[in-house]
This record gives sequence, structure tokens and C-alpha cells, in this order.
Amino acid sequence: MLEIKNLHVAVGGQEILKGLTLSIADGEVHAIMGPNGSGKSTLSYVLAGREGYEITQGSVLYRGQDLTTMAPEERAAQGVFLAMQYPVEIPGVTTMTFLKTALNAQRRARGEKEVDAVGVLKLVREKAKALNVPEEMLKRALNVGFSGGEKKRLEILQAAVFQPSLAILDETDSGLDIDALKLVAQGVNALRAPDRAMLVITHYQRLLNYIVPDRVHVLSAGRIIKEGGKELALELEARGYAQIIKDAA
Amino acid sequence: MAAANETRKAETKLAVAELGEKYKYGFVTDIEMERAPKGLSEDTVRFISAKKSEPEWMLQWRLGAFRRWQEMREPNWARVHYQKIDYQDSYYYAAPKSQSNKPQSLDEIDPKILETYKKLGIPLHEQMLLAGVAVDAVFDSVSVATTFKAKLNEAGVIFCPISEAIRDHGELVRKYLGTVVPVTDNFFATLNSAVFSDGTFVYVPKGVRCPMELSTYFRINAQDTGQFERTLIIADEGSYVSYLEGCTAPKRDENQLHAAVVELVALEGAEIKYSTVQNWYPGDEDGKGGIYNFVTKRGDCRGNRSKISWTQVETGSAITWKYPSCILRGDDSVGEFYSIAITNNYQQADTGTKMTHLGKNTRSRIISKGISAGRAQNTYRGLVSVHPRAENARNYTQCDSLLIGAQCGAHTVPYIESRNRSSRIEHEATTSKIAEDQLFYCTQRGIPAEEAVALIVNGFCREVLQQLPMEFAVEAQKLVGISLEGSVG
Ligand SMILES: Nc1ncnc2c1ncn2[C@@H]1O[C@H](COP(=O)(O)OP(=O)(O)OP(=O)(O)O)[C@@H](O)[C@H]1O
Ligand SMILES: [Mg+2]
Repeated sequence: MLEIKNLHVAVGGQEILKGLTLSIADGEVHAIMGPNGSGKSTLSYVLAGREGYEITQGSVLYRGQDLTTMAPEERAAQGVFLAMQYPVEIPGVTTMTFLKTALNAQRRARGEKEVDAVGVLKLVREKAKALNVPEEMLKRALNVGFSGGEKKRLEILQAAVFQPSLAILDETDSGLDIDALKLVAQGVNALRAPDRAMLVITHYQRLLNYIVPDRVHVLSAGRIIKEGGKELALELEARGYAQIIKDAA
Repeated sequence: MAAANETRKAETKLAVAELGEKYKYGFVTDIEMERAPKGLSEDTVRFISAKKSEPEWMLQWRLGAFRRWQEMREPNWARVHYQKIDYQDSYYYAAPKSQSNKPQSLDEIDPKILETYKKLGIPLHEQMLLAGVAVDAVFDSVSVATTFKAKLNEAGVIFCPISEAIRDHGELVRKYLGTVVPVTDNFFATLNSAVFSDGTFVYVPKGVRCPMELSTYFRINAQDTGQFERTLIIADEGSYVSYLEGCTAPKRDENQLHAAVVELVALEGAEIKYSTVQNWYPGDEDGKGGIYNFVTKRGDCRGNRSKISWTQVETGSAITWKYPSCILRGDDSVGEFYSIAITNNYQQADTGTKMTHLGKNTRSRIISKGISAGRAQNTYRGLVSVHPRAENARNYTQCDSLLIGAQCGAHTVPYIESRNRSSRIEHEATTSKIAEDQLFYCTQRGIPAEEAVALIVNGFCREVLQQLPMEFAVEAQKLVGISLEGSVG
């Protein structure tokens, strides 16, 4: 699904990712953990194609294709989804309108037929119910005045609506209360499928109790310094980043 | 041949004379000419009046306006820049094109215009009407219009070209024309008073709720109202009318200068809702060409508890100079102004409103959304004035500006004059940019940048778009996107 090799990325002339290598097979869920500022969000933005993130070296293949030459909306249409650490507010645009516009833009780009308003409404309602997103939220302007947890839930709702092939979740668990965390984890688990891969960025091993990863990677200063199975998350929790980074050095 | 021509000319002159015209100013124009001669003189005014078979009072009214206009100077206080207009170098009257002079099919129309029609989803036969293609009498919209006419007649609503109203409802026109926008109001309004070619007249009788939205579009004769349009709408006591002006489809016009006047009169307990979508040719990407739109629109809440609400979506024209205003004369009367002004490329807009509170407990509300892209300049100019007698007047003003790119400008010029201490006036203003993170968020979800801009701008304008009648609103939303095409790299 995803193959990142020796990736170097500079932001504002400063190198943030310094030779990152990582690959995820179809159907797998990988977790990335790492201290603040280690480059986790940077990686997620590069994968999504955000402007200003310059690849100076290395390659990224998505389903065998060079991802780096594609525009962000093209990647989205091809199934790359990024649940953002800080979802953005768009005043005056209702959540429902946004979902409909985005879904149909993706479908159009793939040469599929657009879904009419009624169809979108039905689809979104069904997914919203499972995630306990109240109907009323769908009528409000996108993310405007939403609580931190509500914003995160809405990101997962979008993943459920768009059914991406590669879902990158950047700290979707932060800001969630315990019940919401379970709901979101359920939502994510429901997305698990043989033809779908996920990259879950988190600081807390607790999330990984619910979403059990196939692999865990530790990112530090722009490089993967350690990887392992799900037990690595427990080790991190017990010993802290500093110790692990020291060991790896 | 020449002799026959001479006789015809003589006959023509006679016919004009019979209409009460006197040729004391050397009136030499052939009445059968399609156009008035170039330039502006009393003869031009007489020619227009004769062409319209107007009564003497109307001619005198026009001549009075013309004489005043000659002593007036073009205003220069607006934040717009343009080459000086040579008023003697234009034509002031052209007869509506006959069917044979019109394009015979859509093949003869600029493909760019047709493309926009398509984007707006305008049905084919309406495209033909809009593009000015010759259409025969069994045309769809004609029969539609006839049905409408019957309904209106039944309700007693008068809805017709103003030239027709001047002839058939002279007393009504004479009673109200120029009472909201006086002949001497301003340079462009005075010019319009002298040379207006046609426009719309609406009268809604006492207690009548007009059974449908009125739109110039459905008025059969409205195809060539020309550059000096004149509109007069009177809502008698306790009546209601919603009027839609203009069209989302881009309209081209050979005349660069447009100076319309719109007067609204709401009597006791009456309500007028006036919605405009203005999409005249804005000029090309380099700022060449485009319409100069200098409009005077004013509503008079003459009776107690009357209400006038202006909603405008201004996306076209190279220059827009326009301040739809309300005189809140009656006690408890309400004035509203909802505006979206979008400027792209080299467009300039200076628009806003004037709310004049004269009566007690009068309320006004101003919501203005200005969007600038490219190298465009967008100015909101507003005046809220509360007179000493206007106890408990209230105003709420909100002016939001949105900038797309770094080379455009937004300016807000609010004036407040309060001469009554019980008044309460609130003003809020914001200026923002479409943030990179908003665009990225949209593109990440699959929405291409240009569509994302349209979506974000539509969100920004939502409060105003919601004021538009449903069908108009849907088209206006699309129009917002189309006007901003090319504004993101
Ligand atoms: N525009 C920029 N210019 C310079 N440095 C930047 C820029 N954007 C991000 N950085 C830096 O890149 C580094 C990595 O940031 P990133 O957001 O990827 O970290 P993170 O691992 O997601 O951290 P957190 O756990 O706090 O979310 C940080 O040191 C940050 O300050
Ligand atoms: Mg981060």
C-alpha cells in the first residue's frame, strides 16, 4: 500500500524528516509514536501533499505509484485520507454541504456518478449514528464552535463516509473523553479491511488498546529509530521516550 | 427615390410635432432612425420622449432634468478610477433590435458566454432569450409570461414597462416619479431622468400580497431596457411584493455607461423586497472593457410600519457605484441592506447604503460582504443617520471583507450621524483572508482549489445568500464560484 524510502523533507528551509523509511502492507494498521516536534505531523502533511513541505530526497510509493507528483485533491480521490491534528473551521459552510461537496468531488475525479443530496444525507446519517455524532452538528458550519472532541469525531465520520484506502490519523485520540475514545476506536476498527491500510499517530498507548496495531514505529528527530509489534507501545509507556532514544543511539 | 424619402421625412416630422413636440431647438433627426444622433442635447431628450409617445408633462420633466444636469459635475468622491467619460461621444437611444437584426441562432454567440450559461445550468431556450437570439412568438417564456399576466391582473397588480405606464397609468407615475430620487439628486440620476429609455413599473394595490415573485426576466418586453433604466415600485397600504432584478447570466452590452434609477415607495404597513443579481461584463483579465455601472437606488418607507429590504449580489461590471438606501420616514419602519460584492481582476466596486432614520422606533440592518481577488478594489461606504425626531432608532451594521491573494484591496468607510440620544447604533467590521489551512483542508478532502475557494466564499456570504428567493439563491451560489475563477494559482 505505502512504501516510504529514505524520505528527507524540509519546511521553510529546515530539514525536519531526515531519512525516514517505512512501509505498510494492505490490510495493516501501523502506529507512529514519538516526542513533540519529532516530525509526525510533518510526515502526515507530506503524504497528503500540503504545500510548503519540500521533499529533498527519497521516494513515496502509494499502491506502486509515485505519490509525490499528485495534487492533494488527486490523492484524496485516489483514497488518501488525513484526519488532521487540528481540524480547520470553515464559517458558513454546513458540515453536510462540505461532506457532499467533497464526496462528489472525489467521485467526479474517479469518473463515478455523483450522489444526490438525498443519497448523501442517508449515507452520512447512517455513519453519524454509529459514531454518535448528533444530527444537529451536521447542520452547523464545519468545525465552527465544535469542541476539540467533536472535531476529532467529525474527522472519523469523514473517513467513514469517504472510505479511503489509506487513512492517516494524526492524534485523533487527543481531546477525546473516554467514551468518545471508545466510539472513535470502534469507528476506526470498523474501517479495517483487507484492502485498506492505516497509519495511526498517537502519544498514548491507551488508544492502541482499542486499535491494536500490527506494527509500532518510534519517530525521533525525523527518523524511525525503533520499531516492533504492539508490545513496543507498552514498553514506551513504561520507560519513556528519552530512555528508548538513548538505547537506540 | 430621393423624393419619396423626403416625403417620408416630412411626414415623420409632422407625426412628431403632433405629439406635442416643437422643433425650436433645430430638431432634425429622422424619427424612423434606429438611433438618436450621437451626443446629448435637448434634441436628444425630445427625440427619446417622442419615440416613446410620451405626454407633455413627461417631456417637460425630462427637459427640466437635462437643464439641471448641464450645470452639474460628475462626482469624484468614490474610490474608483476610470477614464473621463465623454458624454457627447455616446448614443442615448437605440431602438430595440428587430428580430431580423438579432443573431439567428446560438452559433452566432460568443462561446465564452455560452460556456457560462452551461455552468449556470440555464435551459437552452432561456439561453437564447438571454443572448438576444431572435425567437418567435410561440416561445415558451411568452406563454409563461401570459399566464403570469393573467394572475397579476386578477390581483390588480400593475407590472409593465415604465414607458407603457407613463401612457396608461399617467396619474400614478406622475404622483410618485422623482419623489424618492429627486430629479436633481445626483449627476447620474439627473442624467437618467433626462434620457431614461425604459424600465419597470409596479403598483401593488392596498392589502394585496403579490401572488408571485416579480422579475424583469418574465416581462416580455424587457429584453432591451437599455443603459438608462428606470424603475418605480409602489406598494400601497398593507401590501407585499418581492421583486427580482437582473440575471445571473453574464450580459454583454455595447454601451459602456449604465446609469439606472430605482425608486421604491412603501406606504403604511407595506413591504417591498428587492433583490438584484448584477453580472454585467466586467472587462477582461487585463482590465480592458467592462461596464461602468452608476446606479441610484432608494426606497422610501413612507408609511408607518412599512419595510424595505434590499438584497444585492454584485459580481459584474468594471466599475460599480451603487448605494441602495432607505428613508425610514414612517414610525416603526424597517430598512434592510444585504450585500455581496465580488471584485476580481481589475474590477472596482464602491458600494454600500444609506439608512436615514426620520421616524420613531425605526430600525435598520446592514450586512455587507465584500470579496476581492486579483488586483481588484472593493469599498463599502455607508451612512447611518438618525434625525432628532427619530426616538429609539436602532441600527446594526456588519461589514466583512475577504481578500483572496495579496494584490487586492478592501476598504470600509462607515459614517454615523446621530442627533437623537436615544438611538442605538452598532457597527462590526472584519477583514480576513482565505487561509492556507482552509484551502489545504478542502483539497485534502478532494475538493479542487478553485471549487474550494467558491465553497469558502459562499460560506462567507451565507447570511446574504439566505435572503435571496430560493431559485435565485442557487444560481447566485454558482455565480460566486464563476466570478472567482482564476483567482487561485
Ligand atoms: N513552517 C515551519 N518552519 C519551520 N519549522 C517548522 C515549520 N513547521 C513545523 N516545523 C517544525 O518541524 C518540527 C516537526 O513538527 P511536527 O508538527 O511534524 O511535529 P509532531 O511530531 O507532529 O509534534 P506534536 O507531537 O507536537 O504534534 C517541529 O520542530 C516544528 O517546529
Ligand atoms: Mg503533530
